[in-house]
Amino acid sequence: MSKNILVMLEQREGRILPASYQLFTPARKLAQALGGQVVACLVGDAVSALTGAVGAYQPQTIYTVEHPELKFYRAGAYAAAACAVIDEAQPKGVLFATSFMGRDWAARTAARKRGALAIDCTELVPDGEDLIASKTLYAGKVTAAFRLSSSRLQVATVRANVFSAPAPQSGASAPVQAVPVNFSPADTRVVVKQVVQTSSGIKDVTEADAIVAGGRALKNEEGFQKVIFPLAAALDGAVGASRAACDAGYQPHSRQVGLTGKVVTPKLYIACGIDGAIQHLAGMRGSKVIVAVNTKKEAPIFKVATYGCVADLFALVPLITEEVKKLHAH
Amino acid sequence: MKILCVVKQVPDSNATVKVRADGKDIESAGVKLVVDPFDEFGVELAVQLREKGNPVSEIVAITVGDDKAGEALRTALAMGADRALHLNDAKFASSNELFTAYLMAQAVRKEGETFDLVVCGKQNIDLDSGATGAALAEFLDLPHVAAVQGFELTDGGRRFTARRRIEGAEEVLEGELPVVLTIDKGLVEARYPSLPNLMKAKKKPLKVFTAADIPGEEAGSAGTHVDRLTPPAPRPDCKFIEGEPAAMAKELVRLLREEAKVV
Ligand SMILES: Cc1cc2nc3c(=O)[nH]c(=O)nc-3n(C[C@H](O)[C@H](O)[C@H](O)COP(=O)(O)OP(=O)(O)OC[C@H]3O[C@@H](n4cnc5c(N)ncnc54)[C@H](O)[C@@H]3O)c2cc1C
Ligand SMILES: Nc1ncnc2c1ncn2[C@@H]1O[C@H](COP(=O)(O)O)[C@@H](O)[C@H]1O
Repeated sequence: MSKNILVMLEQREGRILPASYQLFTPARKLAQALGGQVVACLVGDAVSALTGAVGAYQPQTIYTVEHPELKFYRAGAYAAAACAVIDEAQPKGVLFATSFMGRDWAARTAARKRGALAIDCTELVPDGEDLIASKTLYAGKVTAAFRLSSSRLQVATVRANVFSAPAPQSGASAPVQAVPVNFSPADTRVVVKQVVQTSSGIKDVTEADAIVAGGRALKNEEGFQKVIFPLAAALDGAVGASRAACDAGYQPHSRQVGLTGKVVTPKLYIACGIDGAIQHLAGMRGSKVIVAVNTKKEAPIFKVATYGCVADLFALVPLITEEVKKLHAH
Repeated sequence: MKILCVVKQVPDSNATVKVRADGKDIESAGVKLVVDPFDEFGVELAVQLREKGNPVSEIVAITVGDDKAGEALRTALAMGADRALHLNDAKFASSNELFTAYLMAQAVRKEGETFDLVVCGKQNIDLDSGATGAALAEFLDLPHVAAVQGFELTDGGRRFTARRRIEGAEEVLEGELPVVLTIDKGLVEARYPSLPNLMKAKKKPLKVFTAADIPGEEAGSAGTHVDRLTPPAPRPDCKFIEGEPAAMAKELVRLLREEAKVV
């Protein structure tokens, strides 16, 4: 085993997930503490074109695994690819971004390697040869530090937007090493038939840096269209909703934020007419900056908000949209 | 077709959760415990597949946990599962998803059981990982599809089509059984077990496994351990912005720009 940290980059259709680049920040810190290097890995059917962009983050080596079976993400096949790179690179630790893909991919890879695993970490610090990985439990009500034993491969996924990506060095490049992969029958038995893009124009809550979310107070779908969507568009962000708003049919469940919806950690979360029930907070309290707009000063959403506006959302939010547009006009 | 439903007992989402003085676990006194809502979706899916006339011969519920956690199995049985497997030993107590998945895979192997469908919740509301189902699939040497929001059996129950939503896209996947699924919200609404069914559940078979049945595996030697639990760092107090709507909007956007630097 080396002292290196392996960064697993997530790409779909040739686009690297922005949160993947953020992994270089904790990876560098860990590698430095261990006296090792950062290495990176790209997996897909054709990823060579992406090595230039990754090289700008100066990993010591970029491992690529290319195979037609890797065109679409499937946990088994991608775990096989990850394990092939782990066997080649012999890292001490492996980092993935927390995402639908990352949670899954990391778990299957760690299981295959009988490694030690922590999902959705907000802090990673070495303690001797062990890794202390912190994450929240019980919907954000507790923070847990897990000790990942040095006797195992240490695998962690890192929550988006906790770390900022380092600045890419233009002109920098890294050596590329192709790694062959073999699949077991179970790895390729499920077939991806179709991938339909769902975010027509407006981003998905799980991939936006800014989310504007609405609650029951919006009253109907039109309320979202008139008030929430324009601000989301002005911020190049996504639209989120409380369960009450989704259950009432104002927005599809794919936009629900919370315990039984999506857990999101954008840089900016604007909650409009959302009371802040514990189950909603479970999905968004990890956001960097939270703005709450609510007519009721006692609403629990203000307990987690960075900025609070006690106001009627129908009057205030369109004015916020105007102000944001003015900013961007300059 | 045999279906295995993985269930776990967790604190109710409305419960106040406090860290125990030794920092190794949470205070259990007074905390209301429920079946994880995502796991309820899994049991519901299994029961609905049977009700729709698919050739479901048996629905088996499994959990790893103490005596109290066995209540989750009783709920699953009352919802329609036929029998239950309970891995119950102090040596099994762990918040390590890989370890828990490994134990369940070992119990299934030991029983010589094969399942055509294994359903787990997308993730649990306590550990919030979404790792156990994937790891269980790995240890059972089965493929899996995570965060499933649409599921149909085809070809007389030999094949399936699953739909899931990922960041910005919807995926449609197909394959042969056996497969492991982790279930997201939106596929089914879980039923409340009726009182008669709760009574009947008490008579359904439940088999207990202890460390003696799965030798060589104990939480102490697993790779991940709780080092310490702490209350979350408090968020700074809310800064209330005063004034008329127009002034409020202006000041908010100024703060987002100049102080928070997020727009
Ligand atoms: C197991 C379980 C899981 C759950 N999962 C989720 C989940 O994933 N996500 C989720 O969101 N909820 C979830 N819930 C539901 C949650 O408990 C709340 O019921 C829900 O979040 C309430 O939504 P809301 O804040 O939009 O509605 P309300 O509670 O009705 O709040 C509306 C708010 O809007 C304010 N308001 C009204 N008019 C205006 C106006 N003109 N301008 C400004 N403010 C106004 C009110 O003051 C109030 O604060 C779950 C519950 C359970 C039991
Ligand atoms: N102790 C346990 N017993 C049974 N199932 C469990 C246990 N722990 C986790 N799971 C299952 O794993 C899934 C959640 O995964 P995770 O979020 O990784 O804990 C749920 O379906 C759980 O029921």
